[in-house]
Amino acid sequence: MTTHESFWHKAFHLYYDGFRNMTLGRTLWLIIAIKLFVIFLVLKLFFFPDFISQHAEKGHESDFVAGELEQRMEPPVVPQGGQSED
Amino acid sequence: MNLLTLDLSAIDWARAQFALTAIYHWLFVPLTLGLGLIMSIMETKYYRTGDAFWRKTTQFWQRLFGINFAMGIATGIILEFEFGTNWSNYSWFVGDIFGAPLAIEGIVAFFMESTFVAVMYFGWEKVSRSFHLASTWLTWLGATISAWWILVANSWMQYPVGCEFNPDTMRNEMTSFADVALSPFAIDKFCHTAISSWIVGAVFVVAVSGWYLLKRREAEREMALKSIRIAAIVGLIASVLAGATGHKSAQTVAAVQPMKLAAMEALYDGGTAQGLKIVEGIEVPYALSFMATNDFNGFVPGINDILKGYTRADGTVEPSAQEKMERGRAALASLAAYRKAKAEGADDTTVNCQLSIINSNMPYFGYGFIKDEAELVPPVAVNFWAFRVMVGFGGLFILFFAVILFFDWRKKRPTPNPSREGGELLPITGEVGRGAFPAWLLWLSIALVPCAYICSESGWLVAEFGRQPWTIQDMLPVGASVSDIGSSAVATTFWLFLALFTTMLAVEINIMLKQIKRGTE
Repeated sequence: MTTHESFWHKAFHLYYDGFRNMTLGRTLWLIIAIKLFVIFLVLKLFFFPDFISQHAEKGHESDFVAGELEQRMEPPVVPQGGQSED
Repeated sequence: MNLLTLDLSAIDWARAQFALTAIYHWLFVPLTLGLGLIMSIMETKYYRTGDAFWRKTTQFWQRLFGINFAMGIATGIILEFEFGTNWSNYSWFVGDIFGAPLAIEGIVAFFMESTFVAVMYFGWEKVSRSFHLASTWLTWLGATISAWWILVANSWMQYPVGCEFNPDTMRNEMTSFADVALSPFAIDKFCHTAISSWIVGAVFVVAVSGWYLLKRREAEREMALKSIRIAAIVGLIASVLAGATGHKSAQTVAAVQPMKLAAMEALYDGGTAQGLKIVEGIEVPYALSFMATNDFNGFVPGINDILKGYTRADGTVEPSAQEKMERGRAALASLAAYRKAKAEGADDTTVNCQLSIINSNMPYFGYGFIKDEAELVPPVAVNFWAFRVMVGFGGLFILFFAVILFFDWRKKRPTPNPSREGGELLPITGEVGRGAFPAWLLWLSIALVPCAYICSESGWLVAEFGRQPWTIQDMLPVGASVSDIGSSAVATTFWLFLALFTTMLAVEINIMLKQIKRGTE
């Protein structure tokens, strides 16, 4: 039990003292925080919606994608039947 | 000129945005992998000798590693946003396969790197020397394993294996994780990419050290000289290995993406005993055949051969582009018929008949979206020159590191000093100044830093431009992968990213340069 407490105590102080004594690290963490804010709370929320969930009915995503692909295929040359692998 | 309404389609904007993000992300990764290895070696020297010099040296390079690491964090996540918004058809079509390595990468990166990075930076006075050393190596290993999974995902797009298409869900489902994770394409790509990243780290360390020597910074002189030696050894080994792994990669590409190889060589009409072009009109006889097949007389198909169809060395016939397009169209037509039959509750015979046609033509599924066979040819000029830039700089780095090691060896070699009575043996260099390294070589090392990045990014250009028009080789072209999204929306985020990335890069370079100027103080 003592060993267990000792481990968590050490782990806590590793991070606590480490963060408290940072010099260059403070600047880097500030940049990381700003970057994560921009990426997740600006870019993701306002510029990168999930296109399929926005345009397809829930549960019918495969129909939506099938429709999208059908629109882009060339008129089929062989509508019924095809060639075997060999 | 309105930058949001440049005459580019949504596909081109989406491609440009993805390329911009990937290229920017790749500015950070190679230095993380390369510098991580070198600083781990330095800490191993500290562990073995107990010499405080090596501890101080390791801590210095770890600070620069930390700046690069912090700047690179999360820049790759934007690529995943782009999948969901700009490349939604692709994401749905292969997300079950492509998502697995990306998810593993995320977990590995988060737990392994974040845990050991903390011990590496905060643990110098808190943990034992051996545990700290292990943490430094595991930080590097974690970053390398992350790169492995990303490259597995990328390799699967270049050589899709271990999957089966489900026409009901419109998704490709994984049938063999081992085939995906251990595909020969992934192994070759990882080895070549990871090892070439060591070169970037080595050039960086030599350049920063060289700057200290040029500036005659006495406080950093010993660190600079010893760092140059370690970095040059790593760089020379990495440069030679990058050549060897590049040769193996070329053979894999020749086998599974012959069009990419033909574009890299601007080879329109192939044949046996093909020479490798240095530039147009000058070539090394037989070298292309050897590079592609390990046989000086091996057959290498050209762009026209691939479009017309050809017979491989093993006697199998590669169908023409027209035949592949017809079979792709058959697969797509049957897919539509299959889904319609299922929706209308048609009998099993009808459904199974369509399913059989889909399966038999599935290897050419993507060709059904191709309107003209000319679309199957990637941008030849970009591939041709990017390949030459990559290989050219790769060769230059072998020479550069060899020269650095030569001067380093000469510095250590005792030589008679005629100015001293009796010809006393002394090192040929003094204990101050640049050591044995001439100024031009140190300036060259600084000039080679951007070249190392250009070399690394050129490899990416070859890999990605060379597989056009495919998002997934033979399975899905970019035209079918992209979302039906307005080009102005993608253009807006493209310019936004460009501004954001440029700012971030300027900030990083600024912090890095300040830290280098501060030195080991």
